[in-house]
Amino acid sequence: MGEALPVATRERQRAVAQALRAFLPERSVLWQEEDTRPYECDGLTAYRQVPMVVALPETEAQVQQILRACHALGVPVVPRGAGTGLSGGALPPGDGVLLSLAKFMRIVRVDPVARIAVVQPGVRNLAISDAAAPFGLYYAPDPSSQIACTIGGNVAENSGGVHCLKYGLTVHNVLRVRGYTMDGEPLDLGSEALDAPGLDLLALIVGSEGMLAVTTEITVKLLPKPPAARVIMASFDDVQKAGDAVAAVIAAGIIPAGLEMMDRPATRAVEEFVGAGYDLEATAILLCESDGLPEEVEAEIAKVKEVFERAGATRLTASRDEAERLRFWSGRKAAFPAVGRISPDYYCMDSTVPRARIGEVLRFIGELEKKYGLRCPNVFHAGDGNLHPLILFDANDADELRRTEEFAGEVMEKCVTVGGTITGEHGVGVEKIDQMCVQFSDAELAQFHAVKRAFDPAGLLNPGKAVPTLARCAEFGHRHVHAAAAPAHPGLPRF
Amino acid sequence: MLERLRERIRGAAARGAPLRLRGGGSKDFYGGDPRGEVLDTREHAGIVDYEPTELVVTARCGTPLAELEGALAAQGQMLAFEPPHYGAGATLGGCVAAGLSGPRRAAAGALRDFVLGVRLLDGRARELGFGGRVMKNVAGYDVSRLLAGSLGTLGLILEVSLKVLPRPAAERTLRFELPQDKAIESLNRWAGMPLPLSASAWRDGELAVRLSGAERAVQAAAQKLGGEALDAASAERFWSGIREQSDPFFAGEAPLWRLSVPSAAAPLELAGELLIEWGGALRWLRSGADTATVRGAAARAGGHATLFRGGDKAAGVFAPLAPALLRLHRELKAAFDPAGVFNPGRLHPDF
Repeated sequence: MGEALPVATRERQRAVAQALRAFLPERSVLWQEEDTRPYECDGLTAYRQVPMVVALPETEAQVQQILRACHALGVPVVPRGAGTGLSGGALPPGDGVLLSLAKFMRIVRVDPVARIAVVQPGVRNLAISDAAAPFGLYYAPDPSSQIACTIGGNVAENSGGVHCLKYGLTVHNVLRVRGYTMDGEPLDLGSEALDAPGLDLLALIVGSEGMLAVTTEITVKLLPKPPAARVIMASFDDVQKAGDAVAAVIAAGIIPAGLEMMDRPATRAVEEFVGAGYDLEATAILLCESDGLPEEVEAEIAKVKEVFERAGATRLTASRDEAERLRFWSGRKAAFPAVGRISPDYYCMDSTVPRARIGEVLRFIGELEKKYGLRCPNVFHAGDGNLHPLILFDANDADELRRTEEFAGEVMEKCVTVGGTITGEHGVGVEKIDQMCVQFSDAELAQFHAVKRAFDPAGLLNPGKAVPTLARCAEFGHRHVHAAAAPAHPGLPRF
Repeated sequence: MLERLRERIRGAAARGAPLRLRGGGSKDFYGGDPRGEVLDTREHAGIVDYEPTELVVTARCGTPLAELEGALAAQGQMLAFEPPHYGAGATLGGCVAAGLSGPRRAAAGALRDFVLGVRLLDGRARELGFGGRVMKNVAGYDVSRLLAGSLGTLGLILEVSLKVLPRPAAERTLRFELPQDKAIESLNRWAGMPLPLSASAWRDGELAVRLSGAERAVQAAAQKLGGEALDAASAERFWSGIREQSDPFFAGEAPLWRLSVPSAAAPLELAGELLIEWGGALRWLRSGADTATVRGAAARAGGHATLFRGGDKAAGVFAPLAPALLRLHRELKAAFDPAGVFNPGRLHPDF
């Protein structure tokens, strides 16, 4: 903490800050450590790096000038929204500029007839729905951090939420993105029409983890708010049965608005925290939401009840009113903070697997709990097969941290093996970068680098994130084989 | 089979002889004129994996679209974007490469929204896989969706995983007598209400809308909207005519323009016959008007125009790209197909 910067870095810092001050006011350029320290990490606090300089532009022209200046000086740039990301995608560069879009907070326009909102990237996800509410409209993707996370970050990560099985991810709900490439060239992707000529670069930008362009304006689709919504809470005495019940709902031709699962350790942690009324005897509970016209919701809820009963639910409760519906959801939404209370630290994973393999993966996680001597409650988006195992550990215990990372690595690799992915909605960032070597071949990774070069040939925008170098994979593969082959040296330091 | 395809690509790259990727040829008319030696994809066919409870189907490029949709229908499921076949021989590979969606697009999403993963052979004949078979996947750039609508210019799509959806329990089509401006206004107003609208088509003072969903929801919505109900068989025929462009509107020689505009855009000042879909967002125009006039009107409305069928392709099939976008297109093309083997000129005259 507070260690002095090396002289060369300090000189570089002065030069970059000066270059930015040529067109930015004093308040928009931070370089003193007391001012830059708050930006040292995002939601993944295990990784920290104080940025050399923080820039807080207020206009598009300033964003363009910052990018041009940094491009000319060869300085890396990392864009950041609210910093709620869970994969370290906004981990700052120690030798570069953290570009905060926090001041881009304007809702430019809500058009209730065309059902779109034009917003700046620093607008909070929930603020869009709030602005659309007077027209009976809302923005559908609802990551659990929606009160804090920004739409710019959502675009970078292709964020989901609990309703994406029915309403899609960010990529399905964004019509247009304006911004700049690293060299300051303006980009305008998509349009207010439903498609645009040429390649679908909009789809490529969404979920690119801030590595292809910096967004400065986003147009999103708004949907009519469903007039009715009810949720069913179902208890199961076996995780496999709960998993089968999820498949049975889909097989019955139902696409629920949300379909979430929590195992007993998770419901216990949550119940102590918020008192959502969860069944503590159940091995797993499912929350299944139906929304739409009242007639539709009644019919669907009746059907889901029947499916759950046939699947062996031990207890079924349907919300009778809005207050009860929100109470049922309160536990699920508070799952991460609730788990945060029962452990000094937790490591949240994000793999997605085919629904049919959920039970198998959960049993595998159970075995790993024993192998590594660590607890791991599970909350997840069952309808999408998107798991969020939460490994509990104490970051002050170096060995627990190491065991946690190995635990997580094994889970991610298992998920790839059963046909899934290492990340469903949180992004790769710095956190899962080694596991990219497991999911993709060298040729595929090289292709990602080629895509990156098409947008940013100098490799200055959010460098080192999401896509590992082939050299890194070679090293990872070597370590990996070594670790598996030599369990006799568990104390060996690893990177 | 795969090795044979790779050989063809390697050979073509070595000789600098472009390949024309082709399935059933049902979309030969679309995009810039096809050039190069035909590489027929139809032998690489078959459904690889289909588990209805996963809502995902994976099939090879040469799989006939009709076969794929038949397999889904047998399980009460469908491709929700209702891709147009434009002919009996349409294949999945061509469907994804063309990236076109049908009547349900405004409600359910476009083809690209349902693409979960692809395997392809790039211009160096390397087999690459992106995305996967799960609903949520943010590992790596979304190359799969980039291939949707790329008209085969980035690679030979070998295999595609698509999200599928249950077929709606009930559907009903209603008809209304409305002039164009009132139809556009009504469609946009209805789309802002929680109604199970799944398609719309306006032509010549007559608006048809389709409702899809649970029987009771469809009933309630039909009651609310009024209009005149169409019997099921006529409705089926009507929407198929729109989707497949077998409707009489699409017959004849006049050039067919596809104008993609914001749904609420006011009626465009263009001479010719008009058919409006997608809640106002897709406007088909039969017109001999010159390219600049049509493109200008679409651009002023905030959209773009494509010369879909007929007419003079010399003035460009697709709306021109802004210089910054064109540069990115060139770079991406070079990244996937450095020798320029695949479908030159199909998406853009320069590559």
